[in-house]
Amino acid sequence: MTVTTPNPADAGSGEALAAPFPEPTPVSLDPLKGSKVRMGDRVFRLLAEGSGVLIVALIAAIGVFLLWRAIPALARNKENFFTFGGNWVTTDTSAMHFGILDLLQVTVFVSVFALLIAMPVALGIAIFQTQYAPRRLAGPLAYVVDLLAAVPSIVYGVWGLYVLAPVLKPFALWLNENLDWLFLFKTGNASVAGGGTVFTAGIVLAVMILPIITAVSREVFVQTPRGQIEAALALGATRWEVVRTTVLPFGLSGYISGAMLGLGRALGETIALLIILRGTQTQFSWTLFDGGYTFASKIAATASEFNDQYKAGAYIAAGLVLFILTFVVNSAARAVVAGRGAK
Amino acid sequence: MKFTSIGKAFVVTAAAASLAVGMTACGNDNKSGTASSTSGSSAECGGKNALTAEGSTAQQNAIAEFNKAWGQACSGKNLSYNGTGSGAGRQQFIAKQVDFAGSDSALAKEQIEKAAERCGGNPAWNLPLVFGPVAMAYHLEGVSKLVVNADVLAKIFQGEIKKWNDPAIAALNAGTTLPDTDIKPVYRSDSSGTTDNFQKYLAAAAPESWKKGAGSEFQGGAGEGAQKSAGVVQAVQATPGAIGYVEKSPAAAAGLPFAQIDTGSGAVELTDDNAKKAIASAKFAKEGNDLALDLKSLYSTKEAGAYPLVLATYEIVCSKGYDADTSAAVKSFLKVAANQGQANLSKAGYIPLPDAFKARLLQSVDAIA
Repeated sequence: MTVTTPNPADAGSGEALAAPFPEPTPVSLDPLKGSKVRMGDRVFRLLAEGSGVLIVALIAAIGVFLLWRAIPALARNKENFFTFGGNWVTTDTSAMHFGILDLLQVTVFVSVFALLIAMPVALGIAIFQTQYAPRRLAGPLAYVVDLLAAVPSIVYGVWGLYVLAPVLKPFALWLNENLDWLFLFKTGNASVAGGGTVFTAGIVLAVMILPIITAVSREVFVQTPRGQIEAALALGATRWEVVRTTVLPFGLSGYISGAMLGLGRALGETIALLIILRGTQTQFSWTLFDGGYTFASKIAATASEFNDQYKAGAYIAAGLVLFILTFVVNSAARAVVAGRGAK
Repeated sequence: MKFTSIGKAFVVTAAAASLAVGMTACGNDNKSGTASSTSGSSAECGGKNALTAEGSTAQQNAIAEFNKAWGQACSGKNLSYNGTGSGAGRQQFIAKQVDFAGSDSALAKEQIEKAAERCGGNPAWNLPLVFGPVAMAYHLEGVSKLVVNADVLAKIFQGEIKKWNDPAIAALNAGTTLPDTDIKPVYRSDSSGTTDNFQKYLAAAAPESWKKGAGSEFQGGAGEGAQKSAGVVQAVQATPGAIGYVEKSPAAAAGLPFAQIDTGSGAVELTDDNAKKAIASAKFAKEGNDLALDLKSLYSTKEAGAYPLVLATYEIVCSKGYDADTSAAVKSFLKVAANQGQANLSKAGYIPLPDAFKARLLQSVDAIA
């Protein structure tokens, strides 16, 4: 039998030829694209987009308004707006003296102090509620903590000055007398016994931001994957080790974002600080026993006498700085949270 | 007293004379209420039933008393007064939103023209109707009588005198041992007519000591600020060694002791009569019916037995240019306020008008067209 070279066109001839094979048309991966767009879809899309745009437009409008009213007043300022820390003199609106150095220091100081007190306490409450508390107790405890958020801030202010300050007075006096080698406890420009100091205000502010941090942390800790907790328990971990190895790493970014929310609230708190913090005539000196104004309480203190657009503009300029400060703090918080989440 | 009856007679004749003038000069609307006094009451009750006013919070309680008296004297009448602050009150008056304004200070120079425009080209008048005494409340254990004067107060609130047993204070308080504690001055941290008047008082009575000017924000350079009168009262109560300026009624309600002021002829306590003496000695800044006070004359008074630290609050009205209803109602309210309304003022913490002053005030009220 002779071996012949087979005809490649015959089937099964050995050399595989690339036969033209009809490829199906590539389908887009987006399942919604190309589907029929009905009227309801269009309306809903418009509403959703409209809401998003509205919010951005609103924020932009507020920013523009603040700038527009602040700039004429800044032009009439005889001092450097960022480095002047003394008394605001705005009676003669053609030559005003105002600056935010003192306001910025007091705002940041009292907010950070409140945050440092509130963060550990909120962490403890959230862990207790989600990991340690029996089911019957966790519910009412959550309710009580959330009730703290419902108290109006003016009630906090009045309670802080009239009830809490006298109670804290012996403790504050002891700190001032015995620990005043530390800059935090030196005598400041408000009297320690009078109670209108950053010490009292910071503690009240901590109570005010506690429910926010606790609520966010609680929601995040509750979502720790059951599997990881079970695995840790199975490996013989104690309660605390379970929390330390599974709950905390998982919930840390949520906890931090809750803390930043609380910080944002603390930066903008107006009435409580207006009532508690005493006004001062000398510079802020980074001690807990100083008084002073924050941005918001400075504006609120004079709001009823804004009878001139330049005088109002000076205070609106302070409001603009607070607006930007809160913006920056929130962006930084988001960056931190996003960075951790990406790991 | 003889003087009172002369005053009353004067008021009645002035009222009758101006009624006659008013009926011819003010508007041609015949139903203007100048002729319709209610039977059995000595008040004129003409004009519209609802007046609006806005402004100073310092006179709010007094206005409430006046409103009650007006409602009793003239049934159906009511004034709605909104305590938004003197600045807002003056602004709203100029913007024609309210019938008259309550203010802790007379119209500012820049506002006089705009107010005249509001009144149809006629000047606006500042009528001082409510006087409130300002007390120097202090907190010193064991010191039941404290005497200060304007010079000492100026130095305390500028931080130049720092201790209670300073020789300047001790010189005024012979016989009292003052403790060696720090003085903690307390001021009003919010924009306030009380601060403005206190600083004006220091500038007028102690010009060589007080260097910081006036204004509704405290400029002294020493002390701690509290929010509103209630805050000042709380601060003085809570801080040993504190001294603060505050309206009399909240301080009296809290039981705080008041310092006596020495104008040069001995220590004067804060009582209604002593404050009335100071008001009676005050002069007006201008001739005519605009009764803006020359505050320097009030605050630098050296009259014996006069307590000079008094807050004068004004009602800013149009001299002419109201429509007939409003004009009659404003006059009716002001007259009732100056007469029947004075009865309960003292209890509310204000000073009833001294008689000669009241007569002069009613003269201006009658001249409103």
